[in-house]
Amino acid sequence: MPSVELRKQVISVEETWHEGGPVADVPNRRASGMIIIKNPYAGKYVEDIQPFIEDLKPYGLSLARAVLDALGVEGSAIEGYGKGAIIGEAGELEHGALWHPAGGYAMREVLDGTKAIVPSTKKVGGVGARLDVPITHVNAAYVRSHFDAVEVGCNDAPRADELAYILVMSTGPRVHSRSGGLEATDIKGEDGLK
Amino acid sequence: MSKAQIRKIITVVDEVHIEMGKTISPTTRRAAAIAVIANPFAGSYTEDLEPLMEIGAELGGLLGERAVQALGIKPEQAESYGKAAIVGENGELEHAAAILHPKLGAPLRKAVEKGAALVPSAKKMGGPGTPMDVPLGHKDAAYVRSHFDAMEVRVNDAPRANEILVAVCVTDSGRPLPRVGGLTHEEAEGKDGLR
Repeated sequence: MPSVELRKQVISVEETWHEGGPVADVPNRRASGMIIIKNPYAGKYVEDIQPFIEDLKPYGLSLARAVLDALGVEGSAIEGYGKGAIIGEAGELEHGALWHPAGGYAMREVLDGTKAIVPSTKKVGGVGARLDVPITHVNAAYVRSHFDAVEVGCNDAPRADELAYILVMSTGPRVHSRSGGLEATDIKGEDGLK
Repeated sequence: MSKAQIRKIITVVDEVHIEMGKTISPTTRRAAAIAVIANPFAGSYTEDLEPLMEIGAELGGLLGERAVQALGIKPEQAESYGKAAIVGENGELEHAAAILHPKLGAPLRKAVEKGAALVPSAKKMGGPGTPMDVPLGHKDAAYVRSHFDAMEVRVNDAPRANEILVAVCVTDSGRPLPRVGGLTHEEAEGKDGLR
């Protein structure tokens, strides 16, 4: 069974007070965490890659906790989330998909069992590639004020034989949210959608 | 009557023939249709964004149809979709939200037939040549794991400061070599949009 060889972890927090409109009392805060690990399947086609999911799970948990720590809040204060993967050039897109069960479920566990699907993106990229990681509300995917994204990347990763796995969290709606739709205060939060 | 002042439309088809040395047959295909439009609210804070919502409705149909045409498929053969916007520096993130969320979805779903699932999306501010990763999800059942994907789009000269780039992506397939388990395309019921 391949083990996880971690080279770097990058955590970033972005706070926005305004975008040309009214200045918010409490800024919108978005944080991202990225781990850069060796791709055990780089350079060759391996049919059965699912064993690596189990190896990745503890890293998903620790990354989710690191992002939460960076925001300095309890899990209950997280209102939006997302995940993503950038696969170094010696890997294939499918290696990024391993993060769905490993990262997504870890983050949901750390946030005490959220209801909504964790939105995601993935791509193959070179060193310095950046990924737009989508964000949606943690308990009701249709909450319009929380649709957002964070651009994430690192200047020296992923190298050809590396994987960059990403988790993002936000503490509230877009800073000038006024496009209507379902509001966070009106959700039922049962089916993960509304 | 066109509501959007469109400067450019770009369509791209990404076809995978070989992945990790293995032949992909039939090829997996992702199409993006991208419009570059003038931002009517660039440079000032405007409270009411309704005109952008109408532009969203117009672009949902136009770009959805263009993407399906680019793939050369029937609407019902579309399997996954996604949408995104990049707002030029004189705008604000909310302009992307007003285009993408209130009204773009319904005409897009018409263009791909059905579409019980949420249309996954992303948005950001950016300058000309900014790449955008448009998330992709199965159009009828969001938990279909083989169809979680994304398509990177980029237009070298857009968005300029007073422009917005709007992208709609449609595919006729999932990832080329799906093997991480989860719900499959064949198992999906497509009723609640999730499974």
